[in-house]
Amino acid sequence: MKTILSKEQLALTIKRLANQILENHPQLQNTVIIGLQPRGIFLSDRIVQELQKLVDPSAIQYGKLDITFYRDDVRKSLHIASNTNIPFSIENKKVILVDDVLYTGRTIRAALDALLDYGRPSKVALCVLVDRRFSRELPIQPDYLGKAIDTIFSQRVTVLWNENDENEQVMLLDN
Amino acid sequence: MKLSTKHLLGIKHLLPEDIKLILSTAAQFKEVLQRPVKKVPSLRDVTIVNLFYENSTRTRMSFELAERRLSADVLNFAASSSSAAKGETLLDTVNNILSMKVDLVVMRHSASGAPHFLAQHIPAAIVNAGDGINEHPTQALLDAFSMQEKFGSLEGLKVAIIGDIMHSRVALSNMYLLQKMGAEVTVAGPPTLIPKYISEALGVRVEYNLKKALQWCDVANVLRIQLERQNQPLFSSLREYSLTYGINKKLLESLGKEMVIMHPGPINRGVELDSDVADGSSSIILNQVENGVAVRMAVLYLLANREN
Repeated sequence: MKTILSKEQLALTIKRLANQILENHPQLQNTVIIGLQPRGIFLSDRIVQELQKLVDPSAIQYGKLDITFYRDDVRKSLHIASNTNIPFSIENKKVILVDDVLYTGRTIRAALDALLDYGRPSKVALCVLVDRRFSRELPIQPDYLGKAIDTIFSQRVTVLWNENDENEQVMLLDN
Repeated sequence: MKLSTKHLLGIKHLLPEDIKLILSTAAQFKEVLQRPVKKVPSLRDVTIVNLFYENSTRTRMSFELAERRLSADVLNFAASSSSAAKGETLLDTVNNILSMKVDLVVMRHSASGAPHFLAQHIPAAIVNAGDGINEHPTQALLDAFSMQEKFGSLEGLKVAIIGDIMHSRVALSNMYLLQKMGAEVTVAGPPTLIPKYISEALGVRVEYNLKKALQWCDVANVLRIQLERQNQPLFSSLREYSLTYGINKKLLESLGKEMVIMHPGPINRGVELDSDVADGSSSIILNQVENGVAVRMAVLYLLANREN
């Protein structure tokens, strides 16, 4: 077991991600943030909190997307869906998808399919906290990245959040 | 988490956790149905046959739409236009269909227990879409979903089921489900249409006076008078039934309270419900129909996704 990001590093990383998003999307004009259920929304909540300090909070459009029904492994195991709530149109918007860990890329593939059922965004970017590079099964890369790490299949990356886990850090576990 | 059962044959043997899982999954599918693209790819490798040995418009369309919204392949079978009319047995028909690699069977039959019989003989998962005078589980689930949507919870809710309790599979499934979820149930109707020992057997209250039942309840689920199911007349005339057990606006207003009116359809307008009630502000009848698709999507999704 190894800590990849401590609580303090995590807070700094989230601040940086928020600033990088703003760098490319001034005042978040025509831009929406969409967190992926269930674990990605802890990160997207934090990023949105940071963004609220930096731009007019009323300008921030923030939604949550559940991709359960779009998974490619539905017949292998049963997944229970969480809430989806996208209370605005994404037509011609720039969408920033937010998830905690990028691993095989299959979740993001499903998220893109799900997203396109809501309309046709002009651009989709991906923001993740941890990139397990070299483990990808699909050609998907992050645009905003907290930290890239090298892992093997038997290892697991866990992101803990105060709201949910009463602790806050990113950890690498050996199984 | 998954369902405790392989088939949905009735509400009777479901656990409260199963019902909660179906209703919460249905809520997610209801959101899917509000999207510009009202379709998800979940069951695109699943084939479903709708086996209808009894006429149905709403239930069959609702199931078929739910299946298509899940991207399943759909086969339709109506007994009236098939080899069943030539004398083929139920089991033969189904085995022939299953040899075409069908994963799920949605079935309506006029014989109570037909889907239970089939479940013992075939490997596919079965969803009961109404069997004789036994159960109609998806109707009870969509009724519960609609009530939960309106009231937030079923716990402690007072529901009156009114009409032909004797011949209604909707009534039986509703009684099981509502009581499992902590609601109170009163059945109301003419004594000839309410089974004699129902309160001992099922733990529901019985009320022969319509106004008293309405006074008591938060929700009235009004059943259709099923003339085609009665071999002998159990009340003297439709007009008499309507005068004693029909619900109209004047009656509702005389209660001096808000309540919700439900009906599984099709409505006999002017018999059990007057148009001013069926189309009035207390009616959630069309919400029930809308919710039916989401609830059936949830049932099919949860049964099709099995880990073996």
